[in-house]
Amino acid sequence: MSEIRLQIDGKDVTAEEGTPLLEAARRAGIDIPALCYHEKLKPYGACRLCTVEIESRGRTRLVASCVYTVEEGLVVRTRSEKIDRIRKTLLELLLAHAPDAPTLKAWAAEYGADPDRFEKEPSFCIHCGLCVRYCAEVKGKNAIGFIDRGVRKEISFIPEIALQECENCKACFELCPTSYLQAAYVLTRSLAGKD
Amino acid sequence: MPRFHTPEDLETFRRELLSGRDPHKPCISVCVGAGCLASGASEVLDAFRDELARQGLEAEVDVKGTGCPGFCERGPVVVVYPEEICYLQVKPEDVVDILSQTVKEKKVVDRLLYEDPASGEKAVKESEIPFYRHQERVVIGDNIRIDSRSLDDYLAVGGYAALAKALSGMTAEQVLEEVKRSNLRGRGGGGFPAGRKWEGSRNAPGDTKYVIVNADEGDPGAFMDRALLEGNPHAVLEGLILGAYAVGSREGFVYVRQEYPLAVENITRAIEQARSYGLLGKDILGSGFDFDVEVHKGAGAFVCGESTALMTALEGRVGEPRPKYIRSNVRGLWEKPSVLNNVETWANVPLIINKGADWFTKIGTEGSAGTKIFSLVGKINNTGLVEVPMGITLSDIIYKIGSGIPGDKKFKAVQTGGPSGGCIPESMLDLQVDFDALSDAGSMMGSGGMIVMDEDTCMVDVARYFIHFLTDESCGKCVPCREGLRQMDKILTRITEGKGKEGDLETLQDLAETAREAALCALGKSAPNPFLSTLRHFRDEYEAHIQEKRCPALSCKALVAYWIDPEACRGCGACLRKCPAGAVEGGKKTIHVIDQEKCTRCGTCFEVCPDRYAAVRKISGEDPPPPLPEDQRAIVKKSEKA
Repeated sequence: MSEIRLQIDGKDVTAEEGTPLLEAARRAGIDIPALCYHEKLKPYGACRLCTVEIESRGRTRLVASCVYTVEEGLVVRTRSEKIDRIRKTLLELLLAHAPDAPTLKAWAAEYGADPDRFEKEPSFCIHCGLCVRYCAEVKGKNAIGFIDRGVRKEISFIPEIALQECENCKACFELCPTSYLQAAYVLTRSLAGKD
Repeated sequence: MPRFHTPEDLETFRRELLSGRDPHKPCISVCVGAGCLASGASEVLDAFRDELARQGLEAEVDVKGTGCPGFCERGPVVVVYPEEICYLQVKPEDVVDILSQTVKEKKVVDRLLYEDPASGEKAVKESEIPFYRHQERVVIGDNIRIDSRSLDDYLAVGGYAALAKALSGMTAEQVLEEVKRSNLRGRGGGGFPAGRKWEGSRNAPGDTKYVIVNADEGDPGAFMDRALLEGNPHAVLEGLILGAYAVGSREGFVYVRQEYPLAVENITRAIEQARSYGLLGKDILGSGFDFDVEVHKGAGAFVCGESTALMTALEGRVGEPRPKYIRSNVRGLWEKPSVLNNVETWANVPLIINKGADWFTKIGTEGSAGTKIFSLVGKINNTGLVEVPMGITLSDIIYKIGSGIPGDKKFKAVQTGGPSGGCIPESMLDLQVDFDALSDAGSMMGSGGMIVMDEDTCMVDVARYFIHFLTDESCGKCVPCREGLRQMDKILTRITEGKGKEGDLETLQDLAETAREAALCALGKSAPNPFLSTLRHFRDEYEAHIQEKRCPALSCKALVAYWIDPEACRGCGACLRKCPAGAVEGGKKTIHVIDQEKCTRCGTCFEVCPDRYAAVRKISGEDPPPPLPEDQRAIVKKSEKA
């Protein structure tokens, strides 16, 4: 693997080929907010909070830093007026669903997001997919999945698998950025007649 | 059934086929495309067959069900060859006359001809009808000439000649070069040059490469790809085989939405036929080139028309887009180089190989060569499919081909490019339609949907409709699209309900920017277009809704009211009888009055009030005048008054 040199927020950074920008930035001590990123999982590109600005071949554009990988000579900006405005709007959209999630609240303060901008529809789940992907990719169990599509999309345990596998695992619990998962799990157990 | 081992086999068979077909033999083509079927084409086709059998003329007259020639407004369409007489809105009871007069006596049945609404002049041939006269039908033109179930019919109009030409005398590089030189741009949405896409795949490392037909046409009001795939499936297939040859692919897919059962049936049959004729499979026409195709039925998600979502679905997984920083033509289906083009793009390829890139670039504009098929729908006299050279003006499409707006209404806007396209106002009717001009106008070519709107259409409601559609069709993976559209839908709905407030437009603009800049796929990035383009060209309508609670088009139900002008009402009782809410008060010789509390704003009174009185008024942004006191409602004849 060859070393790639690039610049992030004015800092010269080197990273191995194939490294996502977000990972390269974090290793250089530059934090980029992200909800659906996890180093053990395949990049997903869903929450878009990690959007950054890149400049290559004279063109500037926005990309998701969790899926865009390092390129030689790339110039990356992780903060700008536009990026901050987009992150603020994204956080406001998410806060309508999970108004009390600590991570979201902390970022909301940083980006000046108004938690009351959009009508509350607390569903807690913000569809980062960490639980679903961790269970599939790391544990190889597929005890939890997404059902339905679009605005009706939800996470759901598959009772038959969950009954067998979840009791002694629960690895996904602490991954959940809004603590919704635990409730769903308990609910499924009760529906499955376990409790 | 023949089996071709060389290009010469194919050409010999074609010659025999044509010499066995008498060009003077009468042939009746009945369009059995979706539009004509809906207006009874299959009964007409049966009637022709029955009547020919009854008269014992089966051997002397051919009858075939064909693909869509586009004039859906006047379907079922019947063309009688060799004279090419075009009959419109044919019913089973017209069949006897067509056979006895046109086929036997070579006379024209006058009543079934196209009649110009203005001059009253009749048109005998298809080419004389204004709807067709201003078109350039190089791709869709063969539809009416061939039975889409017959490979022989396709061969008879020159089908697979391009493939024979390519495999006998052109290298893969030459085929690629010809397509590149033709500047053929993708007809499915973005308009990316097909040749460059192919070249990227050809040069990408790896032996396994795929070519794919995108037939997941899901735009409301669009049916171009449907008509091609149903009407001329072999043209699409031939294009795909040529593409595979150029790219170096041995396996292809047709991703077609299951809501198009006839398209699924026809392309599946076409593939089987091509296989048995030796046009698909191992060593095609003895060239050493192997290629085969599989049909995949889409499970009904609009987002699967997006290239990466389509490929994910083809892999058997949930149809969600994936990040595309590495293009699909380099890493696509199963991570292999994959060329995805839409139906119409593929159907253009045989023409380019047959007639050459120079022929192709002579049609259209410098940046957008060739023709484009549009589905012309909405408030337009001639609904249907039209194929026009790029660069034609919008007004030519709408007025010369579409014959204008019905009911003497005023044109307001045309929505192009599908749900995530945009609306173009009257001031831009001179716009010369091509990929770049439409983008510059804040809309896009998309796959070619063209929805015409008249003065009764509310542009805020149009934006709401499309944003709602896209919210419903969002895959839900990324936040700017799933959540952003959900909020845009809510706010726009609120505005059309008269509950818009200060700051709504700014919030909508924020959400639009977030989706446009940060969404994962092309669907999400373009989703705010219906809002952005209507705001750009019709901001006054948004402001009227929000600030004055007024719908200028008198369309948003919550913002309109009906009242009866006491000066005009003659107490006929039409509205009283028809009002489903019992909101009209009145009686004989009494001026009628609408009870605003009971009124549901359905508009029935407005529609049923006789034109000679036109007493029901529709208003918005103001309160209806208070009703006359009951003792003043008696209608007194003028003579009695005096």
